[in-house]
Amino acid sequence: MVMVLSGLGGSGLEYRRPVTIEEAVAALRARRHTVLAGGTDLFPARVGRPCDDALLDISGLTALRGIAETNQGWRFGALATWRDVWTADLPPLFNGLRAAAREVGGMQIQNRGTIGGNLCNASPAADGVPNWLALDATVELVSSTGSRRLPVAEFVLGNRRTARREDELLIAVHVPRPAHPARGTFRKLGARRYLVISIVMVAAVAEFAADGTIASARIAVGAASEVARRLPSLETRLIGQCPDPSVVREEDLAPLAPIDDVRATAAYRRDAALTLIRRAIADLA
Amino acid sequence: MRSPALPHRFVVNGRDIEAIAPPSMRLSDVLRDVLGLKGTKVGCDAGDCGACTVLVDGAQVCACLVPVGQVVGRSVETVEGLAREGRLHALQSAFLRHGAAQCGICTPGMLMAAADLLRRVPSPSEAEVLDALGGVLCRCTGYRKIVDAVLEAAHGGAESVAPSKGAVGTRLVRVDGVAKVTGTDRFGADAIPERGWLALRAVRSPYPHARFRFGDLDAFRRRQPGLVAILTAADVPGANRFGIYPTGKDQPVFAEGQVRMLGEAVCALVGDAETVAAIRDEDVPITWEPLPPISFDDALAGSAPDLHPHAPGNVLCRGRVACGDAATALASAPHRATIAIETSFVEHAYIEPEAGYAERIGDGIKIVACTQTPYMDRDEIALILGIPPERVRIVPTAVGGGFGGKLDLSLQPMIAIAAWRTGQPVRCVYTRPESIRTTTKRHPARIVAEAGCDEEGHLLAFRCHGDFNTGAYASWGPTVASRVPVHAMGPYRVPNVCVTTAAIHTTDTPAGAFRGFGVPQAAIAHEALMDALADRLGMDRLEFRLRNALRHADTTATGQVLDHSVGLVACLEALRPRWQALRAEAEAHNRSAHGPFRRGVGIACMWYGIGNTALSNPSEMTLGLKADGTITLYSGAVDIGQGSNTVMVQIAAEAFGVAPETIRLVVGDTARTRDAGKTSASRQTFVSGNAARLAGIDLRRQLLSLVNAGTDARIIPVPGGLEIRDGDRTMRPDLSRFAADANGDVLVGFGRFDPPTTALDADGRGVPYATYAFGAQIALVEVDLDLGTTRVLRMVAAHDVGRAINPTLVEGQIHGGIAQGIGLALMEEYIPGRNDNLHDYLIPTIGDVPPIEVLLIEDAEPLGPFGAKGVGEPALIATAPAIFGAIEHATGVRVTRIPATPDRLRAAILAAR
Ligand SMILES: Cc1cc2nc3c(=O)[nH]c(=O)nc-3n(C[C@H](O)[C@H](O)[C@H](O)COP(=O)(O)OP(=O)(O)OC[C@H]3O[C@@H](n4cnc5c(N)ncnc54)[C@H](O)[C@@H]3O)c2cc1C
Ligand code: FES
Ligand code: FES
Repeated sequence: MVMVLSGLGGSGLEYRRPVTIEEAVAALRARRHTVLAGGTDLFPARVGRPCDDALLDISGLTALRGIAETNQGWRFGALATWRDVWTADLPPLFNGLRAAAREVGGMQIQNRGTIGGNLCNASPAADGVPNWLALDATVELVSSTGSRRLPVAEFVLGNRRTARREDELLIAVHVPRPAHPARGTFRKLGARRYLVISIVMVAAVAEFAADGTIASARIAVGAASEVARRLPSLETRLIGQCPDPSVVREEDLAPLAPIDDVRATAAYRRDAALTLIRRAIADLA
Repeated sequence: MRSPALPHRFVVNGRDIEAIAPPSMRLSDVLRDVLGLKGTKVGCDAGDCGACTVLVDGAQVCACLVPVGQVVGRSVETVEGLAREGRLHALQSAFLRHGAAQCGICTPGMLMAAADLLRRVPSPSEAEVLDALGGVLCRCTGYRKIVDAVLEAAHGGAESVAPSKGAVGTRLVRVDGVAKVTGTDRFGADAIPERGWLALRAVRSPYPHARFRFGDLDAFRRRQPGLVAILTAADVPGANRFGIYPTGKDQPVFAEGQVRMLGEAVCALVGDAETVAAIRDEDVPITWEPLPPISFDDALAGSAPDLHPHAPGNVLCRGRVACGDAATALASAPHRATIAIETSFVEHAYIEPEAGYAERIGDGIKIVACTQTPYMDRDEIALILGIPPERVRIVPTAVGGGFGGKLDLSLQPMIAIAAWRTGQPVRCVYTRPESIRTTTKRHPARIVAEAGCDEEGHLLAFRCHGDFNTGAYASWGPTVASRVPVHAMGPYRVPNVCVTTAAIHTTDTPAGAFRGFGVPQAAIAHEALMDALADRLGMDRLEFRLRNALRHADTTATGQVLDHSVGLVACLEALRPRWQALRAEAEAHNRSAHGPFRRGVGIACMWYGIGNTALSNPSEMTLGLKADGTITLYSGAVDIGQGSNTVMVQIAAEAFGVAPETIRLVVGDTARTRDAGKTSASRQTFVSGNAARLAGIDLRRQLLSLVNAGTDARIIPVPGGLEIRDGDRTMRPDLSRFAADANGDVLVGFGRFDPPTTALDADGRGVPYATYAFGAQIALVEVDLDLGTTRVLRMVAAHDVGRAINPTLVEGQIHGGIAQGIGLALMEEYIPGRNDNLHDYLIPTIGDVPPIEVLLIEDAEPLGPFGAKGVGEPALIATAPAIFGAIEHATGVRVTRIPATPDRLRAAILAAR
């Protein structure tokens, strides 16, 4: 049965839903659009007011979906949802990313929110970002004039600021295959069990030499500075050792610059970051 | 640039649909406003509450975050699709049986999230249920009954709802339950005027304190074709003032040149919905002159200018209860303890934001909106419109949670004025930020208290002063100031007492009524003192309380002798085995603990006077009988989810002598029911329940006397009428010979009850309440010492409710109160202007409420209907202090700044090292 019902007028604005990347980037070149993926960041930012931007809905771009293993490593399409991440068959390298995926919002958010949207929204509390840093990931951006790749650290620049030009689309995140067997972990701290924005979170990945010592490590802390940061001094010190939480020092937090906000004080964030880093290292053992 | 609405084809509940709407329109709005499927609820439009949860291609999503453009060609399932061919889905009947729907506003979302789970995982574990439902917030139930219902639906046993036997004391399924689990109950935003309507949106102050002037509003209006009117203070036909107390009407509908709080309404835009939503507050010509805000500190220091001329020094009012000589007794007490605590603003966070519409009908007005207090609304609207109360009709919708927050007027005056002025129906739905920013809160309190006892642990004296931040307007500030002193020493015998309170104005959000009227804050202080004194004496914390617990025939600090129904000792004795076992377990756990996790067990007692403090608060009810035997209860008591609809029916049925299923219910409409007062102060079961009982008795007497039947005759509904069996006589009274009234009733039973109280003198002496509820709760917590996080692992609650009219509903109140108590203790703190959404203002989720064991104590209250008292507010009061006692047991740290967020607790743990 077909019911034809008419809306209450409503605030319709320009809305495009291309099915090819070419169409999408052509639209981005032609005029300023707000890109719409899962909408889980976009709609909450527009409560009580009509959406007054022109929308480019990229959810029809099948080329942006899926998680696949490639020759160099893994490719996560920008439209991969958190649900896709935690249900994907991935090696222990991704244990942290998958743990993060299970804790983004509730299942409703995990079914809709995308990894691309999380990166492009560039919230200091985005749970994806420290994981991508720990995974040494790069983003792939495409515009009508070509494509480029950037390490995540050079892509996320500040609170809600990225290196994405307005005519570019984030199409994928690439994770290189590690040289050694690797394991990841993620520790998120919030004030309630579900639906919680991180007060602080830590992602860690270590690659292990044949003798079980750490060949290389990447540790990133989120929500304790405008952008999640890696901790180079600690990463260096871990090399050649077995995972040992006691090597963590307060000076390792030098790259962080936490603030006081509704969720916690800056001093607490530092203190909790130390605890979470130690636990993350213990997880890797 | 706007594009026209476009056709979108998709499948809704198995039917092909073509909906014409702009592609970026939220699916929730399309379902509700275009397709008329109002079962999908909207609580935030931001993904935070999950009330809008629907399935898209079988997977749960928030419909408020999905543009309709993205569901083209896909399958959408909503709560309306759950029941098939008139048969409830297994989840729906399990929800009914378990009482898993209270107000019901979260229920459609919960059901859809659960349906998603059961399709993926036909027999889920409890952990899987929590994960699947973790994205839907519920403010009423405390979640445990929802978890039980989902598990039962999955693992079998969920057949049709068994009809209950008997009335009072049975687990009758709520009378409005089917409407709630099928999504057909109509809440504020679901009630849409039949005639073409206008939308209203208030323009609000961006400053907490400022003076302002309007520019040329007329010219502005003329530039916006869809704008019909801009209403300001000048458009208020009657008094531009409202407030709870006749002498405290200090809040303007629209500010007059000065605002005293963030978000105060200065004018309202009335027009078509699209236009009104598109105009930004900044676009309206208003010149602002910001003034320094007045904080709680400023106001207490006395350094701030007066916000209101009638409140010099920004002191709205004071309260006091004194007996004996507390100062002298404290000075000579062998053991003393003191405590100073500070609590925060707490938001009610009902999942339904305020909503409703108003319609002018001739020289009267009808308001259809969510409210806890139809008759007070009626009288206030009459003053604001300058018309007699009889010309105002309030028709309450179902209420999606209230907890005190829907006692005050919110949007009703604005829509009433708009409908009055324009002659057209006017509708308004608050956004979540608007609801949080502008409606009342729990009072932040600063309480300093001191108690002393003798060597045997008998309390000798208690002294306390509490300052309460009542915000910009009076609201229920005086109630808090007068209720707290009566309760502040806790449910104990204390011969020497001095308690003083003050309600202080600031430029913060008004603090008003919230489950307990200040008593939960005071309980945190008195219970900390009980723990401290017990520890000092080396006495068990439960035994210390038991030694001092109020008993039958004891006298309270106000001089009231408690003749009946003082079940605290029974509560503590019921808890004792759990207490001892849990304490021992926790201590054993800690002895063997290596990591940072420590367990602790705490206990707290509470008491709570039922009904208004030392004020008359009558309820009236009628029970009507039609010639065909139809029995109708006309109840003015609004059910805000707690279940009063069901309780009133049970009581009336018992008193009249029929099964509850035979009674029909008309609720709230001021044109059809009598005044049953407000749904607050835990008074509906006790006060209105008594009125329902008396109405039942009255109708029974009238009916039986028609046939000269004896008082224990049986009334039996039969097709087309009633039969009366008296011994071996069976009679059928001829009801058709009586004239029917406007409701069609031929006989009407009437009941009125006003709890016997007296006024209090200057020392607070007198009988403030007719009866008190008592209770005690145990919390088991685990604290992560390194992170300062606290998890509540278990709660045991013993409550003396007099008589449980419906045990399922009573348990539901206790579960829900405990959940709110956990929030108050650990996470809830509203900071005006900073966290007015459910993303940053945190309330407990399904994963934060542990298993709860409820022990019901029934020390019958002779004044109560079939012995019942009340439980709505009592449920919450003991929770936070029990948690703080448990945290202290685990860590050695006493929390004094509330809530005990991880950063605060961690700082306290570090400071104590
Ligand atoms: C209740 C709730 C809880 C949440 N909890 C968490 C949490 O715990 N942790 C967390 O990290 N986040 C959380 N979020 C935020 C959000 O869900 C995630 O960031 C999500 O991954 C965003 O993806 P999206 O596809 O929905 O983004 P969208 O809202 O569609 O887009 C977000 C931004 O990115 C841009 N964008 C999206 N995709 C692209 C692209 N491919 N190329 C260029 N620009 C693009 C958009 O223009 C927009 O500015 C939560 C959100 C809600 C509502
Ligand atoms: S209304 Fe959609 S999540 Fe609250
Ligand atoms: S029943 Fe869940 S919010 Fe009321």
